[in-house]
Amino acid sequence: MSQIAASSPATEPSARLSSWSLLLNNRLATGGLIVLGIIALLAILAPLLPLDNPNATAPADRLQPPFSEGHLLGTDQLGRDILSRLIWGSQVSIAVGLSATAIAALAGSLIGLIAGFARGRTDNILMRLIDMLMAFPYILLALAIVAVLGPGLLNALYAIAIVNIPFFARNVRGVTIGLASREFVDAARLSGKSWLAILFTEVLPNVLPVIVITMSTTVGWMILETAGLSFLGLGAQPPQSDLGSMLGEGRSLLFNAPHVSIIPGLMIFALVMSINLLGDGVRDVLDPRLRAGDLTRPRAVTRIERKTKPKSTIDTDAILDVRGLETSFQRGRSAFPAVKSVSFSVKKGECLGLIGESGSGKSVTALSLLGLVASPPGVITEGAAYIEGEDVLSKSETGIRALRGAKVAYVFQDPLTTLHPLYKVGDQIAEAILAHQPVSKDEAKKRAVDLMEQVGIRDAAERVDAFPHQMSGGQRQRIGIAMALANDPDIIIADEPTTALDVTVQAKILDLLQDLRTKRGLALLLITHDFGVVAQVCDKVAVMKDGEIVEAGVTEAVLRDPQHAYTQKLKACVPELGQGKAFLDGVRPLFAEAAQ
Amino acid sequence: MLAYIAKRLLAAIPVLFGLSIIVFGIMALIPGDTATAILGAYATPENVARVNRELGLDRTLPEQYWVWITNVLQGDFGRSYNLNRPVLDEILERYSATLVLAGVSLVLCSIFGLLAGIVSAVRQFGWADRIITFFVLIGISMPAFWLGLLLILLFAVQWRILPASGMFAVYGGGDFMDLLRHLILPAVTLAVVATGVIARLTRASMLEVLRQDFVRTARAKGLSERKVIYAHAFKAAFVNVIPVIGIQAGFVLGGAVYVETVFQWPGIGAMLVNAISTRDILLVQGGVLLVAASYVLFNLVADVCQALLDPRLKT
Repeated sequence: MSQIAASSPATEPSARLSSWSLLLNNRLATGGLIVLGIIALLAILAPLLPLDNPNATAPADRLQPPFSEGHLLGTDQLGRDILSRLIWGSQVSIAVGLSATAIAALAGSLIGLIAGFARGRTDNILMRLIDMLMAFPYILLALAIVAVLGPGLLNALYAIAIVNIPFFARNVRGVTIGLASREFVDAARLSGKSWLAILFTEVLPNVLPVIVITMSTTVGWMILETAGLSFLGLGAQPPQSDLGSMLGEGRSLLFNAPHVSIIPGLMIFALVMSINLLGDGVRDVLDPRLRAGDLTRPRAVTRIERKTKPKSTIDTDAILDVRGLETSFQRGRSAFPAVKSVSFSVKKGECLGLIGESGSGKSVTALSLLGLVASPPGVITEGAAYIEGEDVLSKSETGIRALRGAKVAYVFQDPLTTLHPLYKVGDQIAEAILAHQPVSKDEAKKRAVDLMEQVGIRDAAERVDAFPHQMSGGQRQRIGIAMALANDPDIIIADEPTTALDVTVQAKILDLLQDLRTKRGLALLLITHDFGVVAQVCDKVAVMKDGEIVEAGVTEAVLRDPQHAYTQKLKACVPELGQGKAFLDGVRPLFAEAAQ
Repeated sequence: MLAYIAKRLLAAIPVLFGLSIIVFGIMALIPGDTATAILGAYATPENVARVNRELGLDRTLPEQYWVWITNVLQGDFGRSYNLNRPVLDEILERYSATLVLAGVSLVLCSIFGLLAGIVSAVRQFGWADRIITFFVLIGISMPAFWLGLLLILLFAVQWRILPASGMFAVYGGGDFMDLLRHLILPAVTLAVVATGVIARLTRASMLEVLRQDFVRTARAKGLSERKVIYAHAFKAAFVNVIPVIGIQAGFVLGGAVYVETVFQWPGIGAMLVNAISTRDILLVQGGVLLVAASYVLFNLVADVCQALLDPRLKT
């Protein structure tokens, strides 16, 4: 989880730190490492330390409180020195925990490797067995195993190891399946290596990180659970003792001499917590997704940090007037500009096409207008977006929210991911109405049906209760458009509204947008990578490349006589019937460029 | 929906069958001769053979399993040698006490885990997030058996406001308030670890969902941030957390072993520990089977709840 990753400064991809320094950058993990190191050192050095014999009883000195003379942590019911017993007991607990982890890791990884590599029936049988083990409540299975083997520290160790095998088997199998179909494994197969050799020389090294992560997240549990079994009297048997059995034996004295049981418990807690802190750190280092710090919560409105403050109102005849907009993405301390000083304007009833290949910054431009770029990492660093002469980016969060979905509405690409999967489509449309208009829920729902009819959904009254996954791609996109129309907006920003659809549906959706524009007189900002779409719908076009607008003008003029080389190439990508080889010649330079 | 439930119930049958084989295997694997255990070390071979025949121990394992499972399905789990009463009576009585404890704990850890996870995600990197993260780390590292002792020391010994052990007061107890007073400490102890786990997962799930496109759509509609987070993001995140709550039911049922021992709660966990120590195998067998089967049932309920909230799963 990322709370640990967050406490360390985000790393820059250009200067990737070594795993160790990354781990030490993490304050909590370092703390865990230090505490664990001290405990481990004490446990290892136990024979050399000037400690009393942990098993030497002295009935005269029984139940001395902590800080009494000669016994820093006091004595127990038999007069044994608790400090000495604590350190020796830690040694036993750590050794048992590590051994259990090693056994579980070995057996579990082996099962996972074989199941994931062999697949088929072997996989099926092994995984059904693992499922069976996991169908037991965790500790209960350990108890049942101890019941078979009989109480004892070694038996408790086996029990805990067996119970943890499924975690390793499952994780390792998952990764192995992915690896088994990779090219380098195929190559090794073709070179005639035996499957055993492939498994151990090709697959195992790549699975190791997963094994390490699983070990680091389970070792704390295993120490805790073996201590637990000892506490219950099912693990270490006298005179042998670990932290758990010390706690268990001291329990009956809780009211008279609480320190006898509380001190070993504190030690277990410190041990497990330091291991868990370290384990979290290890996982963050080895799990690349967390390392990139991707899982930060986006804010309601993109962060706006403009170096120069533009006028908050201007005189303009355009309903949407964007001036000098700059948006960048921050990674660590460096910022990568995605939109560089972009300016354009759209009048009422007009359609502007914003065209460019993916990564050209056209979507980020569109999302910046109402502060919808995910932030972090997005930051708007310069410029203004005037709607009816008022700068949106100068407004408060509430001010921007009042515009969203009301005066300005978005239609997004791929409505399968942009519609909420768990709400009925009618409710999602009604919600947009309720966000801006003081109407009852029933009224909103009725209007939702109307809207669905307007965008051409047949049986709207029935489909209103459908979930997004129950509709076709074209229908879903119509829902997206109906949602955008919910509050009769003046501006619609459509971000690749037809990319996910097949050609016939695409034509219908474009017709629909065109129709709405002429009927309602709304301004349309259409983002696309397809010049064919632009030619069909847009009055004006702006061509974007690497975050900049490289060419803009009336659609026909730009199409007839493209000035910029990039525009010419993009235009060449529109195939015409019967063009054949000429088309391929036209797009060839694009591939050459992409290959560089 | 009914079809879905029926399908899940059918799918649970092989799991229950597998459980019964493992649990039966436990008895079969126990070292030592049952007949000798009953008759003592000086039994004559004739007597041992007779007892073996009476108990069906002279038959093959599959035959023994068949006899055992048909008896179990008819509610006959055998007799406990030590308690001298039918195993079924004992485990049902004990199990009801465990259900009260585990049920309350599960409710507690679900409520507090979800709340803590949401707050933590929404106030990511803020002080609330840091404090919750810290307590979650403490919670998931806490030995329940030690926490129980600490709570007894504080609330029962130091402040004398809550009882230290048992389910009801010995004199004058027995009503609902009395049960509640006895429940608080063990239920909280049992809930702590699971609360930490649920909080962690809720936080991670919320952060993942908040990045998704449909949350951006909700924002683009002009919804208030409160609605975006609680109606849109949380609903999707909650669906992911439900199976984890189902798994926590297993940890709570298992953890009951410690908590019942510490608080002398008359549940099935404490019973199992005693039964293992006294080698009362039939009691262990019945108890483990009952708890494991109920865990399968809990997970099934969690799956059904998930399908109720997520129409995509209802197929």
